[in-house]
Amino acid sequence: MVFNEVIPNLGIALPEIVMAVGALALLMVGVFSTADKAYRLVTNLAAALLLLTAILLITQVGGERQVTFGGMFVSDGFAIFTKILVLIGSGISLLMAERFLKEHNVAKFEYPVLVVLATLGMMAMISANNFLSLYIGLELQSLALYVLASINRDRNRSTEAGLKYFVLGALSSGMLLFGISYIYGFAGSIEFDVLAETLASGEASVGVIVGLVFLIAALAFKISAVPFHMWTPDVYEGAPTPVTAFFASAPKVAALALFVRVMIGAFPDMLHEWQQVVIFISIASMFVGAFLALVQTNIKRLMAYSSIGHVGFALVGLAAGTQEGITALLIYVAIYLTMTLGAFGAILSMRRGDGMVESIHDLAGLSRTNLPMALAIATFMFSLAGIPLLAGFFGKWEVFKAAVNADLVPLAIIGVLTSVVGAFYYLRVIKIMFFDDPAPAFEGGAGRTVSLVIGVTAIVNSPVSFLLISPLTVAAAWAAGSLLY
Amino acid sequence: MDIGLGHYLTVAAILFVVGVFGIFLNRKNVIIILMSVELILLSVNINLVAFSTHLNDMVGQIFAMFVLTVAAAEAAIGLAILVIYFRNRGTIAVEDINQMKG
Repeated sequence: MVFNEVIPNLGIALPEIVMAVGALALLMVGVFSTADKAYRLVTNLAAALLLLTAILLITQVGGERQVTFGGMFVSDGFAIFTKILVLIGSGISLLMAERFLKEHNVAKFEYPVLVVLATLGMMAMISANNFLSLYIGLELQSLALYVLASINRDRNRSTEAGLKYFVLGALSSGMLLFGISYIYGFAGSIEFDVLAETLASGEASVGVIVGLVFLIAALAFKISAVPFHMWTPDVYEGAPTPVTAFFASAPKVAALALFVRVMIGAFPDMLHEWQQVVIFISIASMFVGAFLALVQTNIKRLMAYSSIGHVGFALVGLAAGTQEGITALLIYVAIYLTMTLGAFGAILSMRRGDGMVESIHDLAGLSRTNLPMALAIATFMFSLAGIPLLAGFFGKWEVFKAAVNADLVPLAIIGVLTSVVGAFYYLRVIKIMFFDDPAPAFEGGAGRTVSLVIGVTAIVNSPVSFLLISPLTVAAAWAAGSLLY
Repeated sequence: MDIGLGHYLTVAAILFVVGVFGIFLNRKNVIIILMSVELILLSVNINLVAFSTHLNDMVGQIFAMFVLTVAAAEAAIGLAILVIYFRNRGTIAVEDINQMKG
């Protein structure tokens, strides 16, 4: 009996434990293998570890909501769904990195280890049911990401990206903690379940509201929502491209999941307080994402503003605050993951004799020099813009429908208008590819993995997505349902 | 005059604000930014410990321990990034961190 109280139920956290032990083992493998083979070996093992974790997670599908470690760690459908998305994002961006890193002399075995540790942090924060486990998971993720951003340590831009990301990330962690301390002091607990009960009347003291505002500001930093987005374009541009691909996929999903978990898990009855703030940052993100992207010529910067805009669209689902809204957010995030991984796969293929090129105008006339790639990029751009029949349209459709059903018609209208503005710059890329005079052709192949990723994600985003949308909706509805028990 | 919860919260709030301003107003040196980050984390610790005593609840003090540990790791990584940045650029002035704009 006493024994049971001392040793928590570890089975619930088995995927995380396997990953933590695996990450340490990978470090050892890297240290004790010869330098020229270490990167290849550790990357393959890390991918296998991510796959194993995903399999362990899938065996938990269908189970009920379970908590362990004294209620600090929760495993439910929402956690499993988003963790699998995170693992897909991490795994694919890890495998796409190889050729780029080798060419830039940064193919060190620490790279896959850091990716695994960051992913572990993301999984811990998705499963957090307590502000302490939230903070530890978030920091594990952030600390690994700061190093990844500056992994190309001989290049000015990479180190500058790392420095900027570190300073603003540390500031947001400070704001998060300040908010948590106020919530702890004025509501008397850091456990989500207890907080939800304590604040069930919906009337909270000023202290809790102040804490909540700091908390939302810090979480907005992590998902790069306006007005806390200023680090995103610089970090996306400066970090090595495979790292940017990773930043745009897995941590984005994890941070959005964390946002939902905190708002719905700990403050479900304070919807009216946080809804206004979420609506504001959602509208601001959609506007900034749409308008500032118009003037960008660097494709990585363009993708940064695009990701800011997409976070705004995803937050429309959270602003609705209903189960339908959360389902829509999860569908949106899953589709965004495929679009962004495909788009970054294409960016990783933009190389000429003297190295990688990143300007939009380097894509000029791509349809004549490399038609399959031009068609794939066109699919991603149409999908990101939300043109009907492509996957991106379903995501937008779901979030706007949820907003309308939650009586947030103005929010949905603003969303549709900004997505029209956003369509302009996506279509501009397509125009450059198909109608401008050809630039010199790209040099063949960024490796089989990248081509495979581009091909698969392009098919997933094409009208074939009709077939995939209903299983995705079922899974997302199950995940959202487990959150609002 | 008794020193109560309000006094601790005031001190912590002042330290927090000083830290935030230290990050945004300082134009000279990145080291000052790192010091400001530490100041913010320490102000949070004051809050947590004050609330912990006020509520008669150990959780706040345990939280403060975790914050201290993570702050140490964060400072280590921050200084490491700063060192490689200095090796590339030969300066750590804040106004020179402007390779990327827009």
